[in-house]
Amino acid sequence: MAEQVPVAGQTQVGGDPFEEMLVNMGPQHPSTHGVLRLLIRVSGEYVEDCRFHIGYLHRCHEKISESQTYVQNIPLSDRLDYVGAVPNGWAQCLAVEKLAGLEVPARAEYLRVIAAELQRIASHLLFVGTMGTDLGAVTMFLFGMREREMVIDLLEAMSGARLTYHYIRIGGVARDLPDGFAERAVRTLDTVLSRIPDYDDLFTNNRILRERAERVGVIPAQTALEHGFSGPTLRASGVPYDVRRCDPYGIYDRFEFDVPLGSNGDVYDRFTIRLREIEQSSRIVRQALEGIEGVGGPIRTPIKGRFRPAPGWAYAHVEGARGDVGYYIVSQGGDSPYRLKVRSPCFGNLAGLEHLIRGWKIADVVAILGSIDIVLGCVDR
Amino acid sequence: MERGPIESLVHRLFAGLYGIPVLGWLIPIVLVLGMVALAALVLIWLERKVSGHIQSRRGPLHNGPHGLLQTVWDALKLLVKEDIVPSSADRLIMLMAPFVVFTPAVLVYVVMPFGKGWTVANLNIGLLWVVSVLSLGPVGIILGGWGSHNKWSLLGGMRSAAQLISYEIPSVLALGAIVMMAGTMSMDGLVAAQDQYEFVLTPPGLIAFVVYLVTALAELNRNPFDLPEAESELVAGFVTEYSGFKFAIFFLAEFANLLALSMITVTVFLGGWQPPSVLFFLPDSAQLPGVFWFAIKTTVMVFVFQWIKWTLPRLRIDQMLNVCWKGLIPITLGNLALACVWLLLTEKSWAR
Repeated sequence: MAEQVPVAGQTQVGGDPFEEMLVNMGPQHPSTHGVLRLLIRVSGEYVEDCRFHIGYLHRCHEKISESQTYVQNIPLSDRLDYVGAVPNGWAQCLAVEKLAGLEVPARAEYLRVIAAELQRIASHLLFVGTMGTDLGAVTMFLFGMREREMVIDLLEAMSGARLTYHYIRIGGVARDLPDGFAERAVRTLDTVLSRIPDYDDLFTNNRILRERAERVGVIPAQTALEHGFSGPTLRASGVPYDVRRCDPYGIYDRFEFDVPLGSNGDVYDRFTIRLREIEQSSRIVRQALEGIEGVGGPIRTPIKGRFRPAPGWAYAHVEGARGDVGYYIVSQGGDSPYRLKVRSPCFGNLAGLEHLIRGWKIADVVAILGSIDIVLGCVDR
Repeated sequence: MERGPIESLVHRLFAGLYGIPVLGWLIPIVLVLGMVALAALVLIWLERKVSGHIQSRRGPLHNGPHGLLQTVWDALKLLVKEDIVPSSADRLIMLMAPFVVFTPAVLVYVVMPFGKGWTVANLNIGLLWVVSVLSLGPVGIILGGWGSHNKWSLLGGMRSAAQLISYEIPSVLALGAIVMMAGTMSMDGLVAAQDQYEFVLTPPGLIAFVVYLVTALAELNRNPFDLPEAESELVAGFVTEYSGFKFAIFFLAEFANLLALSMITVTVFLGGWQPPSVLFFLPDSAQLPGVFWFAIKTTVMVFVFQWIKWTLPRLRIDQMLNVCWKGLIPITLGNLALACVWLLLTEKSWAR
């Protein structure tokens, strides 16, 4: 455990054994976003010490992958970050395609971008809602869910599923767009964007929210980098790291979009940056929907015979809804990977948080934990 | 003022039967208790409907017309549920807590002027009774937090204690300005003092009204001050370990309190059972009986409380203390001075 770095705003409290209490927050607690268990030592309302206990949702993802074929492994990736499933599958397929030297048809590249960006919007909308419940604004939760539902409907039209899509396959995607999808998608995105001013009125510009979120849970850029934060959590601290920009995959270099950056790295920045990412993602989806019109052709490169990539290794990473999702796959020429390793964004974001929530109040712990948007399926794997 | 048939009947129930020792007291008590229980059922339904429509849902729909029976089934469900007591809990204290919360919530109605002369007991210290009885409720919350032997409950109880001492002072100071202006503490007297215009229409009255609204939210443990049971932080706060009937009593007390505080706000600031002064142009023949005005105003206040609850996020405990100690207390102290000036300007005597 690294020496605690004092951060502005954190209160140093002395250890009085008569005042202290050891509280078990989770795994069954309404706002640990799943089955995270926090062992916190509190002095009154102040958190003096905190330990994360993870593993309640461990499903041996990496080990199971060694006994299944490459193709069978793809649906498993949806179960990691089940709220933002599409990018996981994309990362895994990218790694396998690198390993096998497969080409992806142009139309499939567009479809992948559309699915992944819609997924990012859906995931961020859920985050906006859960941030509301974490701070006591239940109405915000229902608003976030209402809009997420519409985006999920689009993903359902594309893939046939509503949570674990299994849309991106090795060498392409599962299905083509249904008829009239583009108009429907644009209409939905317009509705979603038109609701964001409502969020601002109700929540984002609310005085109480600002009091609760500004200057709370500050993660300085240096600390964020040292602890391996990624995704919106890192960008809220002002570090312009977005895999779509820094290491473009697929056809992301063809689209115009901004990478929103925060300045303070507090809970409020991490909240608003996701609202702005929703806008950017919808920009990308619109461009992709326009671009795909002139692109015909197949949506998947067929795999001939048994799929056995040549021995070697490959690493591929994509920008998931929560950060940098990476897959490292080693092949020894067999039907299944010799080793499969997942770099989960949530694990990195969570691990660095442990000492950052010391000195805050219990209510702030909930806010800080909510603001990095963890999914325990992604942490535990 | 002429009394209509219903009004005179109820008036006779309240006032005329005082001569018969037991019956004269019993009937109003049963009436009030029945009214509270029935109103709580309706208010829970209303809360769900209001929250539903605010959140672009519809709320309960399927049990009875517009889901009116939803609360009834819910209450029945709670009554037949197993009453779980943690093995290490203090059984007696845990059993006492819901009733310690519920009793003051009902006792408040004793001095409530529902209409002209419709008061169970017209105490001359009515407002003092209200304030002192209502501050007993959090004692039950602390008992429940301590007795359940659960750390989250204990934290909830502690928060409730911290909250009590913070909101109670500005609340009393806000009411103090009104007492000065009315020159009486009797609830009937407060209503009578507003026969020309409501206190909320005077500058010190308006300030006191806004402050009292904030403290009432804290008193009700509703957003943005629902810290003792903050769901996302303390699981369910002091009610974490409660189930079945005891939980139902807590629930009932919460809504009895909501109704009581709405009624107090109406009585003290909004003219009680009198028609609103802004409707002075209405002819007397078009006037409703007092109890209807009281019911209408109370419903509006209940809606305001629910509206606030479902709109705002929750404050942190230290921010809540800051609001009360650094914000509301100076405002209410200044308001007392303003009330003095107002009295001098309007040449009202201190004692009527």
